[in-house]
Amino acid sequence: MPIKKPAAILPSEITDKAVYLSRRRFLVAGAAALATGGALPAWAGTEPAKRFSDLRKSPYSVTESPTRLQDIAHYNNFYEFGTDKESPAKTAHTLRTRPWTVVVEGEVKHPKTYDIDALLRMSPLEERIYRMRCVEGWSMVIPWVGFSLGDIIKQVAPTSRAKYVEFVSLHDPEQMPGQRSRVLQWPYVEGLRLDEAMHPLTLLTVGLYGEVLPNQNGAPVRLVVPWKYGFKSIKSIVRIRFVESQPVSSWMRANSAEYNFYSNVNPEVDHPRWSQARERRIGEFSKRPTLMFNGYAEQVASLYRGMDLKKNF
Amino acid sequence: MRWIKPLVFMLCLVPLVWLGADAYGDRLGANPIEAITHATGTWTLVFLLITLSVTPLRRLTGINALIRLRRMLGLYAFFYACLHVVTYFWLDQFFDWTAIVKDIIKRPFITVGFFAFVLLISLAVTSTNAMVKRLGGRRWQLLHRLVYVIAIAGVVHYLWLVKKDLTQPLIYAAVLGVLLGYRLVRATPSFQPWVARMKARFSTA
Repeated sequence: MPIKKPAAILPSEITDKAVYLSRRRFLVAGAAALATGGALPAWAGTEPAKRFSDLRKSPYSVTESPTRLQDIAHYNNFYEFGTDKESPAKTAHTLRTRPWTVVVEGEVKHPKTYDIDALLRMSPLEERIYRMRCVEGWSMVIPWVGFSLGDIIKQVAPTSRAKYVEFVSLHDPEQMPGQRSRVLQWPYVEGLRLDEAMHPLTLLTVGLYGEVLPNQNGAPVRLVVPWKYGFKSIKSIVRIRFVESQPVSSWMRANSAEYNFYSNVNPEVDHPRWSQARERRIGEFSKRPTLMFNGYAEQVASLYRGMDLKKNF
Repeated sequence: MRWIKPLVFMLCLVPLVWLGADAYGDRLGANPIEAITHATGTWTLVFLLITLSVTPLRRLTGINALIRLRRMLGLYAFFYACLHVVTYFWLDQFFDWTAIVKDIIKRPFITVGFFAFVLLISLAVTSTNAMVKRLGGRRWQLLHRLVYVIAIAGVVHYLWLVKKDLTQPLIYAAVLGVLLGYRLVRATPSFQPWVARMKARFSTA
C-alpha cells in the first residue's frame, strides 16, 4: 500500500504567531469569565483548559487557515447531547472524562484496556490540521491533536481473522442526556476496514487547537478519518473491537439507503436528498467545490481501487 | 379595532427585525446562512398556520372582526416565503441557475417547497379586492383553498429535509392536522349534530 506524503509545510504557511496568541487571549477571557462567574463558554469546562506541550508538526497538515475555535466548539453534531448543533456546547458539561478507559479487544493477540492518561503518553502527540467535511454539506479546517490509530493497532497485533474494526462510544444517559431520545440506536457505533484503520491519516484524537478536546467535540478520545464524512469520526470512544465481518454503524442502522459503510467524501455521489458537489466552509461566504476524498485522494484513493464507489458509498 | 391592524402589522415584522439584529450582532452562530434559511422558512410555516387558525378562532370565539386580519397574515406568510426563497437563490446557490433548476427537479424536498411557493404567488397576486371582484367570490374562494395544499406541502418540505430528528416538523404537522381536521369535521354532514353540540357548549360557556 504505497502512501505518498504531501510536501512539507512552508514556514510562510504556518499560522502566524500573533494570530495564535490572540486565540490564547480568547481562552484567557473564557477563564476570566469562569473566575467571575460570568457567562461561561461551555468548552471552558469546570477545570482550566489543559494545554499540550511539545506537539509535533505533521506533514499531513493542510495549509488552509483553520476555522475559529469558537465555531468548532459551538457547531457540533453530537446527538448524545441533542440533535441541534448548538446543544452539545450547552449540555456536554455533564460528560465525565476521568476515569476513562478504552477497551481494545476481539481478534487481537494482545487485548488491552488503556487508561486515558496512559493513552495520552503512549505515542508522541502531533498537531494535524485536517479538513472536516460533514455529510450535511458544510466543512471546517481543524487543528487536531493526536497520533495515528495504527500505533495502537501495532501494539495489540490483530490476528489474521481481523478484517474490520468496530468503534463504540460511551453509553450512559446520565452523562449523555441525548441518549434518552431514541433518535439513533445507542451506543453510537462506527466501523472501518482494517487497512483504513491502519492508514496513517486515521487519527486517534485527544485535542484541538493545542488543548484537550472540549467535551462537545468528543472528549476524551475520538477518531478522525479526514477523507470520510464527519459522522464516521466517532466521539468519546470506550471500545475498539477487531472483527471478521463488516460492522453495522449507527447511521447504517438508522437509514441504510442514505448512509453506507464507507461514506467517503465524494462530490460525484450525491446524498439521496441533496447534492454533495459543493460545501460551505464555515466562516466563508461562497460555497466551494468538494474535493474527491475531501482532498486526500493522493493518500487514500489506492485503498478503493477497482471498487464501485457509487455502490459502496 | 382601528389600531389592531397596524399593531398586528408591526408585530409581524418582529421576527425580521430580530433576525436582522442577530445578523448585525454576529449572533447567528457558525453557519449564519443556514440560520437565516431556517429562520425565514420557520416563520413562513408559522404565518401559514396562524393564517389558517383565523377562521377556526373566529368561529370559536365569535369575534368576526378577526377576518379582517386574515389577508395581511397570509401576505406575511408570502413575505417570509419570499425571503426564504431569495436566501436560497442568493446566499445558498449564488444565482447559479443551472444548479437551482437541477436542485428543484432532483431534490424532492426542494421540489415540494418550490411547488408550494409557486402556488403561494398565485394567492398573493389574487389577494386584492379588485381580484376578488374580477374572479367572483366563489371562484376566488375555490382558488384560495389552495392554501391547504400549500401548508401541507410546506410541512412535507420540512419533514423531508430533516436528517434524522423529526420532532420539530412533526409539531408543525400536528398543528396543521388540528387546523385542517377542524375544517374536515365541519364540512362532513355526519358530524353536524356533534358540531352543533360543541357550538352550544362554547356559546353557553
